[in-house]
Amino acid sequence: MTAANGAVEIERGAAARFGTRFGGSALVVLVPLALLCLWEAAGAAGLLPTGLIPTPTMVIRAWYVWTFGPDTGGFNAYSGTWTQVVANSAQRVVLGYALAVLLAVPIGILVGWSNLVAKLVDPTLQSLRPIPITAWLPFSIALFGIKDYGAIFLICLGAFYPILINATHGARSLDQNLHRAALMMGASSRTILFRVVLPNALPAIFAGMRIGAGIAWSAVIVAELVAVKSGLGYVLWDAYYIGRMDVVVADMASIGMFGFLTDCLLIALQRRLVRWQNVA
Amino acid sequence: MAGENRTEMTSDAINLTSVTKIFGGAKPVRALDNVDLSIGKGQFAAIVGPSGCGKSTILNLVAGFEKPTSGDVRVDGKPVRAPGPDRAVVFQEAALFPWLSVWENTIFSAKARGQPKSAYEHKARQFLARVGLTDFHDHLPTQLSGGMKQRVGIARTLVMEPHLFLMDEPFGALDAQTRIDMQELLLSVWDELRRTVVFITHDVDEAILLADVVFVMSARPGRIRSRVPIELPRPRSVDLITDPTFIALKRDIFNQIRHEAHAVRTAAN
Repeated sequence: MTAANGAVEIERGAAARFGTRFGGSALVVLVPLALLCLWEAAGAAGLLPTGLIPTPTMVIRAWYVWTFGPDTGGFNAYSGTWTQVVANSAQRVVLGYALAVLLAVPIGILVGWSNLVAKLVDPTLQSLRPIPITAWLPFSIALFGIKDYGAIFLICLGAFYPILINATHGARSLDQNLHRAALMMGASSRTILFRVVLPNALPAIFAGMRIGAGIAWSAVIVAELVAVKSGLGYVLWDAYYIGRMDVVVADMASIGMFGFLTDCLLIALQRRLVRWQNVA
Repeated sequence: MAGENRTEMTSDAINLTSVTKIFGGAKPVRALDNVDLSIGKGQFAAIVGPSGCGKSTILNLVAGFEKPTSGDVRVDGKPVRAPGPDRAVVFQEAALFPWLSVWENTIFSAKARGQPKSAYEHKARQFLARVGLTDFHDHLPTQLSGGMKQRVGIARTLVMEPHLFLMDEPFGALDAQTRIDMQELLLSVWDELRRTVVFITHDVDEAILLADVVFVMSARPGRIRSRVPIELPRPRSVDLITDPTFIALKRDIFNQIRHEAHAVRTAAN
């Protein structure tokens, strides 16, 4: 009896596993695919306002020409420029984000670890924090002009705070006994900071870095809409002005894709560096 | 008394003189009240008492994790100022660094103090083998059972070669069988090393089995109620717990603790 029941259990388990592996991935794409089909069908049926909302196939065609060129018929300023446009935005994101990580991680750890540092810098940092990056735009243009620096400044500022706050929290969350264990083993303050406080804060730092990366991609778009004359944000607005909604939607999809890829990259990095924790 | 005439006991490893510890806050708690305590060099001392009696506070003072409100805490005649590698601590929950492997946890103190690999590698391997974890060299603490974690917790203190081992209910969170295994391990390791040990426990069997002397503490505010020498021959094994002498000692200590627990309840009512 038990054996038979056990066998049934195993079979059900296998079926469930099969379901998650194959049926599962089918389920994941079901809703997006249905939405795309519905959207395409609505376009074919003439339900979408012509010239305002492109169909998925129009977007894919525009994206293809934008990426690989050349244009078929007429002048197309975007033909074959996608890679360059993406490179412009990505470069700003990488620079601004890297700067944010390099600043926020050490400052956050020190604020969390040392009461002295917390007293010195925390009031300043916290009083600037409620100012949204969009409010910094005019200031950034005044300071840097219509140049890359303005975008990098905004990206850095936007990504800085979530990383800072999480690093601070991570440093403060050190278990008292782990600290005591390090002390009784003769570890110096420096060793404790680098070998105990920092690794202990890593999961929190990664949580902050993932939020920060999302903000970095928002910030680059905002900066390019206003303060810089290139990149995905600039093309977004430019394409809208000349009525190329297909390019606008392809641009939106590109932004989403890179935001997603950045997050995947950070998760992979976290899995490597934070082996002792299960990464969701 | 044979146990008290040992030559190692001529000088003390630990001396607490009129030590009082009050934890501040909205409702200050007098954890220790005028405690006098001496533990001889090379002695295995166990401290038992009702929960909340300040057993762990004594250990934290000797370790240098906390400072006495008044009184004097000395180790080898010198006042305790801060934690240090001469006094190794085994924590109840092992307190291993979760990001380090078994091996890296074991050699943490040696690396933290900048010792060359040649100075600690052989020794650390031996101690890891001694606690039976050679095959778990590269495992992370999350991959270990409670008993195995505590074995690493002990191995890393052995590598430190300290004057003094401070153990704060190290087997309190383990299941009965693992607990017995760990007690036997500690007995055999101690027989080899004969270093001074302060072992905090609420398990009277464990205290009698392991120690040369058992201090029974009174309920809050904590005081040393009595000092019970355990004159059972070594090497000892867990079989000892059915020995008539063992049982007599246990009855004696139990009565004292029960009296204390009763005092706490009546005081509370």
